[in-house]
Amino acid sequence: MSFPWANEYKPQAPLMQWLDEKLPLPRFVYNAIGAGYPVPRNLNYAWNFGVLAGFCLVLQIVTGVILAMHYAANAGVAFDSVEHIMRDVNWGWMMRYAHANGASAFFVVVYVHIFRGFFYGSYKAPREMIWLLGVVIFLLMMATAFMGYVLPWGQMSFWGAQVITGLFSAIPLVGDALHTWLLGGFAPDQAALNRFFSLHFLLPFVIAAVVILHIWALHIPGSSNPTGVEVKSESDTVPFHPYYTAKDGFGLGVFLIGYCAVLFFFPNSLGHPDNYIPANPMQTPAHIVPEWYFWPFYAILRAFTQDFFFVPAKLMGVLAMFSAILVWFFMPWLDRSPVRSASYRPLYRKFFWALVVDAAILGYCGGSPAAEPYVMISQLAAIYYFAHFLIIVPIVSAIERPAPLPFSITEAVLGSDEGSALAPAAAH
Amino acid sequence: MIRILSILVGLFFTVALAWSLLLGGIALSKDGLPHTVESVFHKHPKEVEFASDGAFGKFDNAQLQRGFKVYSEVCSNCHALKQVAFRDLKAIGYNDDEVKAIAKKVQVPVYNPATGEVKTHDGLPTDHFPPVVYAGQGSPPDLSLITKARHEGPAYVYSLLTGYAQQPAELLKQFPEAKTPEGLHFNPYFANLNIAMPQPLTSDDQVTYSDGTKASVDQMAKDVSAFLIWTAEPKLDKRKQTGWAVLGFLLFATVLAYMAYRNIWAEKKGH
Repeated sequence: MSFPWANEYKPQAPLMQWLDEKLPLPRFVYNAIGAGYPVPRNLNYAWNFGVLAGFCLVLQIVTGVILAMHYAANAGVAFDSVEHIMRDVNWGWMMRYAHANGASAFFVVVYVHIFRGFFYGSYKAPREMIWLLGVVIFLLMMATAFMGYVLPWGQMSFWGAQVITGLFSAIPLVGDALHTWLLGGFAPDQAALNRFFSLHFLLPFVIAAVVILHIWALHIPGSSNPTGVEVKSESDTVPFHPYYTAKDGFGLGVFLIGYCAVLFFFPNSLGHPDNYIPANPMQTPAHIVPEWYFWPFYAILRAFTQDFFFVPAKLMGVLAMFSAILVWFFMPWLDRSPVRSASYRPLYRKFFWALVVDAAILGYCGGSPAAEPYVMISQLAAIYYFAHFLIIVPIVSAIERPAPLPFSITEAVLGSDEGSALAPAAAH
Repeated sequence: MIRILSILVGLFFTVALAWSLLLGGIALSKDGLPHTVESVFHKHPKEVEFASDGAFGKFDNAQLQRGFKVYSEVCSNCHALKQVAFRDLKAIGYNDDEVKAIAKKVQVPVYNPATGEVKTHDGLPTDHFPPVVYAGQGSPPDLSLITKARHEGPAYVYSLLTGYAQQPAELLKQFPEAKTPEGLHFNPYFANLNIAMPQPLTSDDQVTYSDGTKASVDQMAKDVSAFLIWTAEPKLDKRKQTGWAVLGFLLFATVLAYMAYRNIWAEKKGH
């Protein structure tokens, strides 16, 4: 679907006309990310991050495929094959640093994208399906990133795999059998490394497929916007190309400057030094920590230190960690406020920023040793996390009195919307 | 209905967390924060500067060669350098003949899978530094990546080499049970304060430098740390050089992209 005023694809060149008749791929692109897709005219820079996430996915696939040409998924040589890439493969060091830091960049971008959704209520009707698919993408990204981190077969790779796959053993009755079956052994080893490599290669393409669904679902209602007021007339929109291709081009430049600064000047700052020590099943590292983008969830996992009624602490932690993400699926139904954008929701806005701070605190605790005072801080922060989504958001959306909304996007941008027959008489 | 259900689920998690918090708090008020000998006496690495530091830093080949000499004469008795090949040494200023000569001095073991025999041959430039068989207890770590495998790696290696000391009397007073055991050596820069490695650089001029630099313990520690930065990251110079070219291009392209963006949006009011 699109708005009735959307530009129509009219190929001029005979070749393009011929192609349009047989396989209208250019028409598809034109309508998806070209001049045929009308987009609200008031998008701010928070809306750059969807395109940036797509860029990161492509970047990861390209660098990853090249790395896979030189990497050996064998527990005996995996570590050395990564060093071979760093030392002897032409530009191999750049490919590997681009890939390792590309994962971090991908998560930075996606976290901004997700919190943009929380702030502007992007998950609300009629865009629930876009949001649900987005959460699926995030879960797939987590699985992919986790398995990718195991591949260099350093100390943190090995022990991270040990801890995370160990979570499955918390499942009652079948846990231990499931754990052994998933790993192909009692501890991570050749079988686990090989299947992780296989899945790490597969999942990005699954992500790409879900991304296509995500964008398809987006094109039915069209993009949301910072006012949360739906598009009413042609003056509310501009064609995606050239307006947002130009803006995204600039955004991509800024993103690449930051990303390349890390890649070329601090390429190891986001990784853990222990992963430059070859995996050693006989020696546990002092602190086992995942990559930074998992820290908030890792903090929630470790916050449960006591059995609760009949539920063991470990199982509680696992349940809570997965619930911390699964709860996002329910956002469209937990937040019943008819107003989308937090710009017009004074109370929700305060709690949104509290969530941002809370996630940062959880992240800090998740990267710190599992000792006091970090455990108690993460317990407090995790209490807020669950209370935010499951208690505060439903209650706030019921009792909040939102600020008045603009009549239309055009009015929000220009101060009046004279073109619209339905617009209230300009008060100013 | 959804609201009631969600609040109930929310209460389940928050109450479980509050329960953990309560019991944790009680335990903490009884025992207090952990007070261990490491938390009091472990030291962060010393401040030390290397030629390769910073965005403009470059390797100093003379220093790397001195560091290589320290590695060959001292460290290599126990520590291997398996990721580095002799041919790589050309990058720190040795010519082909010198590399051949360095390699030839080393015996490289070759395993014959048909007979199960291990024979040795004179090293060739294509060979990697051979494994080191350590006769004592424990396994001295391979040093190829050591400066990337420790927090603040280069400063850590330097501090460790120059950090051997008598156990402070204060430590023994506070933690009498933490006396360094027989066969270990006190070093406050080591994670658990007691390291198995005896002090490797013990006196000035332990290594004779050919470039006239005074081989003080401090100088040798610095040189070998610099050498180990290189072994861990031989492409460091090229990386930074590439980085500046890439950033320069990106800056230019981003300015153009910004101007294009402003230009395209100029006709739209409100922007």
